[in-house]
Amino acid sequence: MLRQFHKIPGLIAGLLIVVLATSGAVLSVLPAVERAGVPTSASAEINVAELAGAVVDRYPGVEQIVRKPSGKIVVYYFRDDLPGADVIDPVTIDKVAEYSKSGFQRWMTNLHRSLFLDETGRALAGLGALAMLILSYSGLSLTAKRLGGWRKLTGRVRGNGTQRLHVETGRIAVAAFVLSAATAIYMSLANFGFIPDGLSAEPVFPRNVNGGVTMSVADIADLQAIPVADLRELTFPYADDPSDVFAITSATGSGYIDQSTGQMLSYLPNDTTRNVYEFIFMLHTGQGLWWLGLVLGLAAAIVPVMSITGTVIWWRARRAAPKIAHNALAKSADTIILVGSEGNSTWGFAKTLHDALNAQGFAVHTAPMNRLKPGYAKAERMFILAATYGDGAAPATANAFLKRLAESPSAPDYPVAVLGFGDRQFPKFCQFADDVNEALAQDGWETLLPMDRIDRQSAQEFARWGDDVGAAMGINLDLVHSPERAKTNTLELLDRQDFGAEVQAPTTIFSFAVPQARQSSLWTRLFARRLPKFKAGDLVGILPPGSDMPRFYSLASASSEGVLEICVRKHPGGLCSEFLHGLRTGDRIDAFIKPNPDFRPAKGRAPVILVGAGTGIGPLAGFIRANRKARPMHLYFGGRDPKSDYLYEGEIKSWLQDKRLHTANLAFSRITDAAYVQNRITADAVALRALLADGAQIMVCGGRDMARGVMEAIDAALAPTGLNAAVLKAEGRYLEDVY
Amino acid sequence: MKKIATALAIATALSLPAMVQAKPVTLTTQLKRYGGDGAYLALYLTDANGAYKGTLWMSGGKSKYYKHLSDWTRASGGNKADINGITGASVGAGKTLTVTVDLADALFDAGYNLHIDASVEDMRDSPSEVVVPLDSNNIGKSFKGRRYIKAFNFKK
Repeated sequence: MLRQFHKIPGLIAGLLIVVLATSGAVLSVLPAVERAGVPTSASAEINVAELAGAVVDRYPGVEQIVRKPSGKIVVYYFRDDLPGADVIDPVTIDKVAEYSKSGFQRWMTNLHRSLFLDETGRALAGLGALAMLILSYSGLSLTAKRLGGWRKLTGRVRGNGTQRLHVETGRIAVAAFVLSAATAIYMSLANFGFIPDGLSAEPVFPRNVNGGVTMSVADIADLQAIPVADLRELTFPYADDPSDVFAITSATGSGYIDQSTGQMLSYLPNDTTRNVYEFIFMLHTGQGLWWLGLVLGLAAAIVPVMSITGTVIWWRARRAAPKIAHNALAKSADTIILVGSEGNSTWGFAKTLHDALNAQGFAVHTAPMNRLKPGYAKAERMFILAATYGDGAAPATANAFLKRLAESPSAPDYPVAVLGFGDRQFPKFCQFADDVNEALAQDGWETLLPMDRIDRQSAQEFARWGDDVGAAMGINLDLVHSPERAKTNTLELLDRQDFGAEVQAPTTIFSFAVPQARQSSLWTRLFARRLPKFKAGDLVGILPPGSDMPRFYSLASASSEGVLEICVRKHPGGLCSEFLHGLRTGDRIDAFIKPNPDFRPAKGRAPVILVGAGTGIGPLAGFIRANRKARPMHLYFGGRDPKSDYLYEGEIKSWLQDKRLHTANLAFSRITDAAYVQNRITADAVALRALLADGAQIMVCGGRDMARGVMEAIDAALAPTGLNAAVLKAEGRYLEDVY
Repeated sequence: MKKIATALAIATALSLPAMVQAKPVTLTTQLKRYGGDGAYLALYLTDANGAYKGTLWMSGGKSKYYKHLSDWTRASGGNKADINGITGASVGAGKTLTVTVDLADALFDAGYNLHIDASVEDMRDSPSEVVVPLDSNNIGKSFKGRRYIKAFNFKK
């Protein structure tokens, strides 16, 4: 629901908001610019009567003196029957410049408030502000939910670059968005008369004036009582009209003054509505509060970024949305698939399952988890595919599921299988699926097979689960899931270095040639599909011949190096690793890049602690190789035997010499003095504590068991400090790439 | 050029003799390129003593800005009933406003003055920007305003 409140106004009003915000950002600079042009001489001690008296001497044809919110004093006058307006110095009464409001400012103001469409445009602008307010509120609520609650609002944002840009920028600027939008809505409502602004109230024009000889304006007591800082405008009586009066508007009210007696003939103090309006006007425009104007303007300049990234996020999710074909009715289906998904990725898996079962002749009904029905007449089995949102919460299409389940009648006679989707980097991996599984068990549901979990949309894990499902159902179920049918490039093998055969861990560093854009013609540069840019730590998806299911490997090089380097261990029976290990120089593979922006060293000079075992050293080696600025990097590498699987041995030694790498701590498990990286970490506890106190970041890459051992060792090493790996993870200072 | 015809009840308001001879009069107001937003204009009549007699036309739809047409506001008391049905949009800089009204013959050569008050957002108000005696000799003559009006004339 919240998501709809963010998506719909964003899409409908996106362009409108961009126009309003961009023009607003331009206008926001003007109060500061105007203020910079105001004469600096102190005008605090002068009163309006003194100023007016001095102006009359210098400008005999003066009609009006106006003080702008910036403090600028403008004199309007007639000279030789021609009107003029000068900005003056209030102390010396010297002309500073001729006054004219620039056409540019007027044009921009009209664009901003009415899109050149008069009242229709003003109404549109008001609606744009309303949409902005709704977007700010829904966006902030979504962010809080995604990060696990309002208290974690400042926490680390995960996701791809576009998502992070959207969320991180938005949460910084949202206060300014709300202030701009709320004040705009107020002004719009006042403009259309829905709320009073007090602007049309004015003092009664005096019917009778003295009509005697005009007195000097400098002697009028009521004007002497008003400091220039409080002046808004003073209008002089017509020279030839004895029945006319002075009209004074100050910060506190307005009135008419008899030109011969100096008496205030009628006066109307500003009422609260007007004071409120003027205050809100100042907040919105920054006129009279130039620094706030600049702050709001800066935030407004960010709005196009928000709009574009928001649209991109929506479009990607939409494109990934599956369309379920041959969806049977709930009452006639023998197989029910319920999906709990926040984005759309889980739907993709559901579709694969749906299609595979459908192909085998089952009548399959697939629906969101929130549509759980009290009963399914012909159902023989149910699958629940549930993602987890944020810090263990239910995803959008499942947030009412547990409630509906509690309201449902007793457990049915058909069994259920729960499959959780999540990311092991999160502390509450598959938490929601666990909750669902537990609720079902308590309700007395039978299980078709025990609950399983899929880490980071792994197609392999899903295929394995499919095998289990097939076995339980007594069919041959082949679940081939490729989330986005990847567009691949062909890469040629340049070089391979083999290690580890002697210790039963054949591991190879493969270097593939990256086609260089610079050497290609304009035509191919524009139109040919090139490999996108990548950095060490990103993933390459490789399609082994005869399979649609990509296998992902962490990259050990950046595209700028001109080679694509990966480190692969040969697994007996592993389709892709055996294919790769069989390659010879000059052979070709089909591959594509999958960005992995969450696994990169943080920017800056803080130390980086790199921990990897076996092929896990791949991306770490890439980070070290790119460390030309010699930021402190400390490597913990684990292998079996330095004679056989000391990957990157030569490079590590040269990196130590040119300071790309500060220390290298090696642990080998099949030699005398056998040790694992965990043992090295425990031995180095004191030094590690010092590094982490210094703001160091830990990056771990390798197998799951090793990662668990490393985390325990780190926790133990940190025990005296009160820090632990979970806290570091929440801060983005403990990253894992685990397989 | 826009052509606005309005039947004006001003003659009856003046309680003239029973047989009223009224003819359409075209009022043409051309604005200068003063470099601002659209102008609010009030066209109205005063008698020989300077007393307000009625409004011929109001350009500008928002009554909260009428106070900037200060002479008209003072004279008419800001009475919105006076401009009911004879209100149009504000007139852009450089544009021309043409209004046709039925004016009784008796109003001519009787000391009546035709006033135009003008006001532009963020610019100097200009009450009685134009004051032209409603004189047969002035028919077809061009008059300059003080600040915003380049030329004004009226024709029978």
